[in-house]
Amino acid sequence: MIELLGIPPQALFGQLLLGLINGAFYAILSLGLAIIFGLLNIINFAHGAQYMLGALASWVLLNYFGVNYWWALLLAPIGVGILGVILERLLISRLYHLDHLYGLLLTFGLALIIQGLARNQYGISGLPYTIPSQLAGGQNLGFMFLPNYRGWVVVASLAVCLTTWFVIEKTRLGAYLRAATENPTLVGAFGINVPRMITLTYGFGVALAAFAGVLAAPIYSVNPNMGADLIIVVFAVVVIGGMGSILGSIVTGFGLGIIEGLMRVFYPEASSVVIFVIMAIVLLVKPAGLFGRTA
Amino acid sequence: MADAALATRPQAASRADALLTVRDLEAWYGESHVLHGINFDVRAGEVVTLLGRNGAGKTTTLKSIMGMIAKRKGSITFEGKELMHSPARYVAKAGIAICPEERGIFSSLSVEENLMLPPKVREGGLTVQQIFELFPNLKERLNSQGTKLSGGEQQMLAIGRILRTGAKLLLLDEPTEGLAPVIVQQIGHTISRLKNEGFTIVLVEQNFHFAASVADRHYIVEQGRTIDMIENRDLQANEGKLHAYLGV
Repeated sequence: MIELLGIPPQALFGQLLLGLINGAFYAILSLGLAIIFGLLNIINFAHGAQYMLGALASWVLLNYFGVNYWWALLLAPIGVGILGVILERLLISRLYHLDHLYGLLLTFGLALIIQGLARNQYGISGLPYTIPSQLAGGQNLGFMFLPNYRGWVVVASLAVCLTTWFVIEKTRLGAYLRAATENPTLVGAFGINVPRMITLTYGFGVALAAFAGVLAAPIYSVNPNMGADLIIVVFAVVVIGGMGSILGSIVTGFGLGIIEGLMRVFYPEASSVVIFVIMAIVLLVKPAGLFGRTA
Repeated sequence: MADAALATRPQAASRADALLTVRDLEAWYGESHVLHGINFDVRAGEVVTLLGRNGAGKTTTLKSIMGMIAKRKGSITFEGKELMHSPARYVAKAGIAICPEERGIFSSLSVEENLMLPPKVREGGLTVQQIFELFPNLKERLNSQGTKLSGGEQQMLAIGRILRTGAKLLLLDEPTEGLAPVIVQQIGHTISRLKNEGFTIVLVEQNFHFAASVADRHYIVEQGRTIDMIENRDLQANEGKLHAYLGV
């Protein structure tokens, strides 16, 4: 077979696919963070833990209740989203009048508690989750082998990201959300229930994280620390895309995943730091992020 | 104490047929006490202005009526209903709408989205078609970003969007600020039209000549208190007094 730039195509496309998969998770998670940050002005440090809860919930649903993957894909985000709503009402909403730092500390503490509880209950060795039978196997595309489940992850993430983008940018509900992000007091003075909108937005952002967690369960083993490892990179993605930018977080998420994948082919030593190097450069050149609006 | 409270109540402030009644309104921004006793009434169909120097508390009065100020006391009744303890969204649903001083056009929304943003609270608002008749400029720029409009167009959008909702009482905060004379004139015509359509308007203005051309009555606000009320027809006779109040 032909080689591209001295790299066998199987290796190149294999890493590209891996990059795309990672990018899919970056995109969904940074999208949720962006929505939450936009309206609540809180950096949701519990996002990684909530992603892990999604994966864990799908495992628990399967092993204790016999609920299959497809139902878990629906039920786990709803359940974890409801937990998010409760956290927002009970704890986070008490901090809106304080400095951002308090929200960060609270959600960071929540992340530690959630991860600690999961570790205590399920250990850290990782729980296996089998790929659903409908998505087992793969396709030989000639230039590479594409496992069906990985293809599904990319398609499902793209669909969820684009649907979310569409709702926020093109619908009446999205207009309320964008307006409340800019000036919640005035939106309230138009008769719109802003506190309820904030609660539901947090719930939705958390549900997105849990959805990513369910998608991830069959790829990575379900592990209490799976979110903590990933979320550091996701924060870098959010900073690069621009805090609070919806489209920015989607494009940057997928883009950086691919760059990371390519880096693993061409210069593997740098693959784990490339995102942070890009973050440093973006912060120096365009502190508001690639898609961020400067106030 | 009782005397002090009485002193802040201009004559003719008590009317049985008032749509809006504000009594002994006080308000705070954090620790700082901004309103010390605002008293006025607005009858249905009237245009009433709040006149006063910068920082007298006119904007704060409008925001307090709307429920946008967290710490306030006194009494605000609209159509006989007490609104003092209602959050802004209930005040909006009761039929009061505000056009804020900074206009409050959302930059992440198109002109059309800005226009359609406030939900309908009652029947009887203007149709979108009627709003376009008042402000033809808006129709041509529906897909522009809200804040890409000129200052005058943004003001029209800020007024236009609250006409749709069915709100009966409009609180307009310095709608002519920083606008070209020809646009000020257009806003003046609009306010007269709205009055004819049956809207009731509370107007905060620095532009005294503009205020005199559209209003029925004027309340003078000084250091967070209403200190006088002048009927528009008595304006000429009270010119000296007014100059002393406003320093113009």
